[in-house]
Amino acid sequence: MMDIFIFDGRRIEFRPGQSVGAALVNVGMRSWRRTRLTGRPRGIFCGIGVCFDCLVEIDGTPNQRACLIPARAGMVVRRQEGDGHGHLTV
Amino acid sequence: MTRPDVVVIGAGIVGAACAWFATRAGLRVTVVDRGAVAGGTTGAGEGNLLVSDKPPGPELQLAQLSARLWSELAQEIRGFEYEPKGGLVVAATPASLDGLVALAEAQRRAGVDVRAVASDELADYEPWLSRKLLGGAFYPQDAQVQPMLAAARLLRSARMAGAEVRLGVEVGALLRDGDRVTGVRTGTGDIAAAAVVNAAGVWGGEIAGMAGVKVPILPRRGFILVTEPLPPVVRHKVYAAEYVADVASSGAGLQTSPVVEGTPSGPVLIGSSRERVGFDRTLSVPVLRALAAQAIELFPVLAEVVMIRAYHGFRPYCPDHLPVIGADPRAPGLLHAGGHEGAGIGLAAATGLLVAQVLSGGATDMDLSPFRPERFG
Repeated sequence: MMDIFIFDGRRIEFRPGQSVGAALVNVGMRSWRRTRLTGRPRGIFCGIGVCFDCLVEIDGTPNQRACLIPARAGMVVRRQEGDGHGHLTV
Repeated sequence: MTRPDVVVIGAGIVGAACAWFATRAGLRVTVVDRGAVAGGTTGAGEGNLLVSDKPPGPELQLAQLSARLWSELAQEIRGFEYEPKGGLVVAATPASLDGLVALAEAQRRAGVDVRAVASDELADYEPWLSRKLLGGAFYPQDAQVQPMLAAARLLRSARMAGAEVRLGVEVGALLRDGDRVTGVRTGTGDIAAAAVVNAAGVWGGEIAGMAGVKVPILPRRGFILVTEPLPPVVRHKVYAAEYVADVASSGAGLQTSPVVEGTPSGPVLIGSSRERVGFDRTLSVPVLRALAAQAIELFPVLAEVVMIRAYHGFRPYCPDHLPVIGADPRAPGLLHAGGHEGAGIGLAAATGLLVAQVLSGGATDMDLSPFRPERFG
């Protein structure tokens, strides 16, 4: 019995100790974000927290690095739009 | 290799501006730097081109000349994120508002464009600004550039016009003929030249020492916090009126005053701190904490924003807080262009033009006597 978290409504299984990013890659996802200016696809690149390519929103907080955050049961992960702070646009 | 007319020591913003204006004046220029382009203070700041933080006097005149030159360079050279976005100075206490109003009035008489902003008008300039502020002043002539790009673009333009840029080349000594400076001695050979420009930033005092002259340029450390990319929540350069007094003070201890601005790529930059700790590069968490707390007082919305990194550098300052610009009569052939403290990006354009005018032997657009290198005795 594996644990699950939710990614954009989809149930994602993971093993204890796996990062959010590893779990997403494990179910075949290669990209889950688009760049802010030119809309190019981004997913895991460096895998070690340096490149900030794999950003996701986790439990309401944007700009989380999927490669660093350990997956936890019941997490709500969302695809991030732009800089993730669209609500600050005036 | 043909013998250059001028060797510029330093590939920061000041050296780059000297190289560009001297090349444009028809001189053959070689730039040397022991490191990379913008590897020192130029790469450790925010890229401010400010008239707002300068009381009337020679530094303000230099800033006004520079502001005009930067807007021309933005057309002529391009590619360095020149943003004529204006500066908003805000006051949180009656005393700081009184000080700001008096400063603004004096600046207005000196030709600065400054508009009083009532407390209920502040939100029109900055929707996310704290509602607790008493008022402010808006300075449309304040602008910003990306300083590393600006140095690189100036140097590239100079090279395309015939200048040579040699990086990783360290000056170990100056070539002398009596008191006269006749070139530089580097790890890869001597370069003879009719003139040498000391644009070595915080290390300018060492270069002066090689000519046996004293130019007291010292490092004043400052940190900058960088947020994650955001929508344009900060539209202008925004800072507290107390910043002006902090810059002008001579204390060695830590001073912080909030300076907040957005960037075209999204992150918000948060300063400012100043302390005299030599070249100590240790990260100071208490300073970062103070910067964050002050920024949140100005822009409460920043409390929900993540900082992704911090950087720091050393402002080259002189005891009287004025730069050193021009020929050194104690060592003919040597010119200095440095000691601009935290205003070096802004003042670089005028400094470059004035140095080129001195090198060409013509009249200068400004009286250089307040900046004379021998003034410290």
